Formats: sequence, structure tokens, C-alpha cells
Amino acid sequence: MDNKEKKESGAASLPKPGPEAGDKGEKKAKLHFPSVPGKEKREKEKKPPRVRYVEVTDPKTGKKTLKKVRRKKDITDPNTLFARVLVIPSLIGVMVFFVVPFIIVFYYSVLDNPINKSFVGLANYKALFANKAFTQAAVNTMKLSFTAVPLAVALSLLLAVLLDSKIPGKSLFRTFFISPMMVPIASIVLIWQVVFDQRGTANTILSKLLSSWEPVDWFKSPKCLIVIILLFLWKNLGYNMVLFLSGINNIPKDLLEVASLEGAGPVWRMFHIKFRYLSPTFLFVTILSLINSFKLFREIYLLTGSYPYDGLYMLQHFMNNTFLSLDYQKLSSAAIIMAAAMVVIIGLLFVVESIFGKDVEE
Amino acid sequence: MTSEETVKSAPAAEEGEKAASAAPPAGDPPVTPAAESPVKAIIARKAEEEKKAEENAPKELTDEQKKSLARFHRRKKIQGPRAFFTKVGIGILTVFAAVSAVIFLLPTVLTITNSFMSQSEINSNYGVVFNAAAGTGKVFMSKVVNLKFIPDIVSFSQYRDVLLKNPDYLFKFWNSVILTVPIVIFQVLVALGASYSFSRLTGRLKEIVFFLYIIVMLMPYQVTLVPNYLVSEKLGILNTRLAVILPGIFSPFAVYLLTKEMRRIPKVYYEAARLDGASEFNIFVRIVMPMVNSSLASVAILIFIDYWNMVEQPLILMKDEAMHPLSVFLSKINSGDTGLAFAVAVIYMVPSLLLFLYGEDALVNGIASSATLK
Repeated sequence: MDNKEKKESGAASLPKPGPEAGDKGEKKAKLHFPSVPGKEKREKEKKPPRVRYVEVTDPKTGKKTLKKVRRKKDITDPNTLFARVLVIPSLIGVMVFFVVPFIIVFYYSVLDNPINKSFVGLANYKALFANKAFTQAAVNTMKLSFTAVPLAVALSLLLAVLLDSKIPGKSLFRTFFISPMMVPIASIVLIWQVVFDQRGTANTILSKLLSSWEPVDWFKSPKCLIVIILLFLWKNLGYNMVLFLSGINNIPKDLLEVASLEGAGPVWRMFHIKFRYLSPTFLFVTILSLINSFKLFREIYLLTGSYPYDGLYMLQHFMNNTFLSLDYQKLSSAAIIMAAAMVVIIGLLFVVESIFGKDVEE
Repeated sequence: MTSEETVKSAPAAEEGEKAASAAPPAGDPPVTPAAESPVKAIIARKAEEEKKAEENAPKELTDEQKKSLARFHRRKKIQGPRAFFTKVGIGILTVFAAVSAVIFLLPTVLTITNSFMSQSEINSNYGVVFNAAAGTGKVFMSKVVNLKFIPDIVSFSQYRDVLLKNPDYLFKFWNSVILTVPIVIFQVLVALGASYSFSRLTGRLKEIVFFLYIIVMLMPYQVTLVPNYLVSEKLGILNTRLAVILPGIFSPFAVYLLTKEMRRIPKVYYEAARLDGASEFNIFVRIVMPMVNSSLASVAILIFIDYWNMVEQPLILMKDEAMHPLSVFLSKINSGDTGLAFAVAVIYMVPSLLLFLYGEDALVNGIASSATLK
């Protein structure tokens, strides 16, 4: 159709790419290869612009008008057909197991119940926030995450800096630091139980060091968070450290050299160059630690079973118990709230990162 | 200027990009004269860059600048008392690293050494914790936990019991294997295809879909398990192994990692292969696959650890405890079997520790390449 029109009118297409087309090209280029200059230009050369204007002559009046023509994508293009086909299994799987049911979950969360299907608006959410078990679980989870995540980020950065200095035997240390990552939590739980029992090693050592130390039952006192966070740090620091090491390696050395030429001291270099170049890594490590801290249920479950001390009652415990009663309203509204919270937190982290690390990526 | 030093693969990628842009549009007959131009373009551009680099090179440094440059490189040239302090500093750092390394290793090592204790030794040392043999009264039991590095008598009785007398643990181990292995194999296969598409295709729709994948990847279990439960119920696979395996296979983590890796392959490789008449399938198998080999290994290891460790999914998606993997079962040991539990715990670590020994470098590179979300 489009081609015919062009031929009939004999009009040359104006090579004016719409303003939006140019913008898109730039965005794309940034997403793929942020360091390749002039990518936008080439993208334009390669393809005809998405939107162009064709001169059309009205057969009756003979008036010439500009008509907007959108370029159609050729789905059967043999060059991309194979790539298009390959994505299908994964796409179907993700849609079937994650995206579509998530939309259904959202639908359930505003329903009376899955059989009646009458719309109740936010009533389920209100009921959820009135639910003491949920609020306690949420508070506990937040407490745990907000303590564990900053610690994980700071300590893993420390380890990365340590391995970046000139100490001998770095690769051996690296291996040691990563090794906990490979040890299944279930295998290590026994030792943790032995050490942090009321009559366990931790209490024995502490009472020897501090004469005033009263033996505590670590799993049944407010100190339980310490035990869990220790396990979390032990398990996750290695992974985060590797991420930071790769981030440190990507800081351009010449920039540091130039900065010191200009008289910048080590502290200035640290904050204005190193940290800013590390900011994407900071973002990733924080998000990853956050997700892992939500998984801490695993450790708590293996250490203390389904019904832990109140301070260790996490959102996943709440979900598990709700699964047992199969209360779809509670489940779905809780899942939606969690998802919303995650999106908000990650969005905030992205904003912070983009403020702190802007103009770093060329 | 000196970006070559920091990012080794970048210049190659850039050249590839440039050549790709100059190459004829995809699908044209390979005879076009434009086919020669990429090489020339590269040479011309390189010469230009070198010229620029020469022009930009610092010509003369002031004394102050020289001093500060020396300060920057001082670690290499240090002499005298300063060198002594640097050495002390490095020594302190090394000690610190060594101490933390010991802390990191301790739990694993302790589990391994304790697995060689006999049941009675375990009871006498840790009996208080696990309430073992409290009724019999005949066994000596220390009142406080007596954490030991090395067993008094090294005994393999626990291993013998696990392997020969107690088939239950082996069944659970096997449960772990048949849940984890299919997930690892098929997630990698599915992700291989999808990540190839994401790295080759362009367009807004692709960007949106990939963003969707990242969002799904970032969601914690508390969110994803509800949809998974709904689907398995609808498909009638709830309480079967498929309920755990299928969502595992389509988890987008591997897609994300492999896509990042494949985007590094210079586009010129594809163009060159096409000019030589390779089919799309051949490009995929002969060019892309060999280049992502090591990251495939690291992705597979990462998926393996993740699912070897899983607790949440089997708890919720499979009610039947007989199908639960060892990771869930280990926490439910009987108090009398504590000694066995240590041996089982060690057996359970063996596969992932072996993977670690063989694939540490690939693993580290894989993690490192995932270092940013963009």
C-alpha cells in the first residue's frame, strides 16, 4: 500500500526523521554500548526512519499534502527470523508462569473471593494492614533488611578494597571469601545451632571475655537478628565482593592519574572519582542484597522451623501460613504490596544512583 | 586515550561496530564493492585516533605536576623509612585478610571435621543442643557445648550409616538431584535462545520485554510464589515435581546474564559470517556458542547453587514430604541422628564444592560480568 502510493505520486520521501525517532535511537545506543561514540548516527544510516512523510497528490483536487507513513517491520526477514523464533519458548514460559498469573493475582486482590468475583476495591488491602501477623512480619522483615543490606554493602566493599591492595596471596583469599556461597545453608545450620545455643560456644566465649555476660538463648531473644545477619553476611559477602572488584577494575586509571596530576588528594579521588564510577555497582549490590535479605526466611526456617521466635517472624512465614489456609485475598494482596514495595525501593535506588553517578558514563 | 588498558575488549568491539556500520545492509549479495570499505575505514580511523592521541599527549609538565605524578606512583618507587611503613601496612592488611579468611572458612571446615565423629562423641559434645540421649543417662554429656575441631577418634561410621543403612537420606539427596538437574539444563537451554534474540534484535518492543524480564528477576519469592502456585493449580501439576521445575526453567536470571554476555560480541562477526554465507543457525552454533562458553558454565553453576539450596518452592508447591529435597529435610533430623546429619550435610556440600573447585574462575568472571543492571 505504502509503496504504491509512493510510486503513484512519484514523491520522494523527505529524509526528515521525526524528533521522536532520533530520541529513540539515542536511548537505544545508551542501553547497548554506552562507550561507543557516534552510534546514533549509524543507526540512522542503517535503517530508514521509523516515521516519514510522503507527498500525496489528491486525484480530484490535485492538491499536494504530506502524509505520515510509519515504516512497517518485516517480521519474516530471514536475518532476524531465527532470533525472533528463539525467544519464543522463554517468552511463553515467563508469560505463563510469571506475568499473566501476576495480573490474575492483582485481579484477585480486588475481589471478594475467587468464586463470587464481586469487586471490593481496596478492602483486601485494608484487611491486610489490619492483620497483626502481617504488620509484624513486615516490620521484622524491614528491620532485618535495613540492618543487613547496608552491612553487606559496606563490608563487601571493604573486602574488595582489601583484595585490591597489594597484599600477597590474593587469589587464595578470594577463593576463601567466595567459598561460603557454594555451601548449602542446610549443611551449615548444624554448626550455627551448636554455636548459638544457650549453652553454646558463643555464650561460653563471651562469658569468658566479659565477666558480666549472661548466657542468652540466641534464637529466642531480641539478639536473634544478630545470628541471622551473621549467617547472611557469611553467605553473601563473597558474591558482593566479586561485584565490587569488577567495578573497581573498571575505574579508568588514567582519570585517577590526571586527577593526582591536578593535585587531587587520595580522599578527593576516592569520593569524586572512585565512588562515582562505582555507583552502578553500588546500585546492583544493594538491590541484590535486598533481594537476598528477603530470602533470609530460608535460614530462619532451617534454624528454627515453621514457628520461630516473634522477632524472626518474616513475611515469607506469613505467606507460608497463608498458603496453608489458601486465603487467596490475603495472599494476592500481600504479593501485590510486596511487588509494589520492591518497585518503589528499586526505583528510588535508581534515582539516587542517577543523581550520584550522572555524567560518569560518557 | 588509555582506555585500552582498562577495558581490554572495548577497542575490538568499537572496531567491530565501525566495520558493521560500513558493511552493506544485511541480505545484499556479497559482491558489492562496499564490502572492502570496512577494512579501510578501520585503518583510517585508527590512524586518526593515533594522531589525536599524540596531540593530546601532555607536552610539558610543570614541576608541581611532576611532583604530584611522582606522588601518584610512589608505591612503586618508595625507599627508605617510608618503605618500611608501607610494608607494615601491607602486613596489617594481610593479617586482617587472613583472620577474615579463617572466619569465612570456619563453619565449613567445622562441619566437615565433625562429620568424622562417632555418634557417641557427637552426643557427649553437642548433646545439650540436640537433647540427644538425655533419657539413657549412661552417656557422658558435657553441660556446655564443647566445640571441637578435630574428633578424638576419627570414624567413618556416620558415612557408612548414611550410605548403607539409612536409605532415607539418599532418597532425599536423589530428590534434590532430580529437581535441580533439569532446572539447570533447561534453564540454560531456554535462556541461550532468548538471550541470543535479545542481543540480536532491536526495537522498542524488545526493550520493553527485556525490562519485564529484569523486573521478574528482581521480584522476591514472596511475590513470585503466588503466581506460580496459581498456575500450577490451573495446570494440575501442583504437588508434583513439575510445579517446582517448570517455573525454575523459565526463571529469567540466566536470560539476563547471558544477554549481557552476548551483547559484547562485536556485530562485525555476524556480518562477516553472513558474507561468507553462514546461515543464521550456523552463526548461532559456530560463532555465538563458543564465545559464551565460559559464561554458560558460570550461569549453570549459579543456577545450580540457587536451586540446590532451595527451600521455599518445595515447601509451598509440593505438600508431599517424600518429594522434598535434602535441603528441606536436613532441618528435620531426629535428635538421635545428629551425627548422621553432619555426614549428610557434608555429602550435600560435595557437588557444589566440586563445581566450585573446577569452575571458580568461570564463576568469578560470570559474576563480575553481571556487575551492573544496565
